[in-house]
Amino acid sequence: MADKIKIALAQIAPKLGDVKANLELHLETIDRARGQGADLVVFPELSLTGYLLKDMVPEAALRRDSPEMQKILKASEKIAVVFGLAEEDPSYVYFNSACFADGGKIVHMHRKVFLPTYGMFDEGRFFGQGTTLSAFNTRFGRFGLLICEEAWHSFCPYLLMLDGTVLVANIANGTARGLEEKSRMGSSAIWEKMNRFYSDLHGFFWIFVNRVGFEDGVGFWGGSEIIDPNGKPELKLPYFEEDLKTAEISFGKVRRARLRTPLLRDEKLDFAINELLRIRGGNHSLPPALPAARKPASKRRKAKR
Amino acid sequence: MKVDLTIDPAFVTGVLVDFLRREAGKFGFSKGVIGLSGGLDSTVSAYLAARAYGPENVLGILMPYQTSSPGSVSDAEEVVKRTGIRSWKVEITPMADAYLQRVPEADRVRRGNVMARCRMIILFDQSQKEGALVIGTSNKSEAMLGYSTWFGDMASSINPLGDLYKTQERQLAAFLGVPEQILKKTPSADLWAGQTVEGELGFSYELADQILYLLVDERWRGEEIIEAGFPAETVMQIEKIVAASQYKRALPTVAKLSRRTVGIDFQLSRDWNR
Repeated sequence: MADKIKIALAQIAPKLGDVKANLELHLETIDRARGQGADLVVFPELSLTGYLLKDMVPEAALRRDSPEMQKILKASEKIAVVFGLAEEDPSYVYFNSACFADGGKIVHMHRKVFLPTYGMFDEGRFFGQGTTLSAFNTRFGRFGLLICEEAWHSFCPYLLMLDGTVLVANIANGTARGLEEKSRMGSSAIWEKMNRFYSDLHGFFWIFVNRVGFEDGVGFWGGSEIIDPNGKPELKLPYFEEDLKTAEISFGKVRRARLRTPLLRDEKLDFAINELLRIRGGNHSLPPALPAARKPASKRRKAKR
Repeated sequence: MKVDLTIDPAFVTGVLVDFLRREAGKFGFSKGVIGLSGGLDSTVSAYLAARAYGPENVLGILMPYQTSSPGSVSDAEEVVKRTGIRSWKVEITPMADAYLQRVPEADRVRRGNVMARCRMIILFDQSQKEGALVIGTSNKSEAMLGYSTWFGDMASSINPLGDLYKTQERQLAAFLGVPEQILKKTPSADLWAGQTVEGELGFSYELADQILYLLVDERWRGEEIIEAGFPAETVMQIEKIVAASQYKRALPTVAKLSRRTVGIDFQLSRDWNR
């Protein structure tokens, strides 16, 4: 296994629902990444379909043996590719999936477990929920795939660390929200904090690839990045613009980070399992009681007058 | 307590210009038509559209009625001059009066709504002729307070201002370099002489925006906002107005009969296949 690999981040703006056009964009981008000498190219979440699919998920979904999949797998003969798709299961359940393809084959397919269904998000209405998360072996070392929202559940990166991951790719459709951060989106600030925090704490490389463009007024802020095991950026792409950039990473950094702070070595798996089982069994103290019920608003307002 | 609604106007301008280009471009459009009133909203939209599409690809249409303030027209002309966009002036008095003469009993609200809807007819007709999109000029404060005419000034194809409060829009305007007299102008729909938004509603945008931000964006309860020191009367009034104007922020209600109904469970993005 090579100590150094070159990773390309493909910050694209897919066309909503137009799989044919997006496939062409993927093939062309994969070629360009190869031209930059990349060993691996990473696309955003649902990169073959776009995000706000709603009722059209079944129209845009692909099976593992679809001709479109064959084309992208063929392109992975010379370079590893991570991409996102709406996946049709033979039982006609549809998943928001991330695929790691290499050597012309699917190495791993991850089905998104945490489908945000609140506020502006409605994924749980249109997608089936994945049920597993595991790291997997690649020619670059043990790899972990996460899809967007999964990073917000801290158990997911933690689990990937325990599972031996040295390199995580989180592929995202991060939406632009919140103006309080002034020169970047409020949502970008939280993501950038998480990307740095997880890689620093768990001592792995963290690849974050976010798309750009707008769908029905919703902007995607881009800002894709590679963060090293010390929480420092190795590569940063611009906000809101398409881009393709490559950086070389060295796994020596993982070794050194984990020697300096051997948190993985000192993890206590049985302890974690026992505590989780205890909590699941309901044997835990209840949250603090809620404050006493307030008087109805109308009464209190009258009293003030 | 004071709510900080400060934005980075250069950053927001970048996002909105990208929005205008991409959302129009997907449908094959690279031109815009805007109704120019000489007020802040249409001025800011015009400045943004000029940046997004180039001034030669933006048509500003001045549509005064005989009672419109003369200052409105000269301010709109100043916007045309400064941005370099193309312009066309068409008096709506004959068009509106052809109908209004038939309903002499109509009060000023009805008359104002007729004028706003006459302007909508002209904008959409011209947008077809130009191969352009009608660029919206309604901000979030107006949308939340329902202070606008349904299918009148609210009608547009894409709206860069719809998620910005008036207070934030003013910062954007200053950054874009809009004429000082427009920036300082008392907000008015100019539907009748002497009309002002703040006079009609009874509170300032500066106050309303802070309350709206807490209510809508941060989901505070009315009582919490009052406890934080905002005037109880205004908070309660705004809560009522937001609830009462919800219909203006929705499409017409459809009676569901089939298994898949427009507006209910026929869920498709407008940008599908774009």
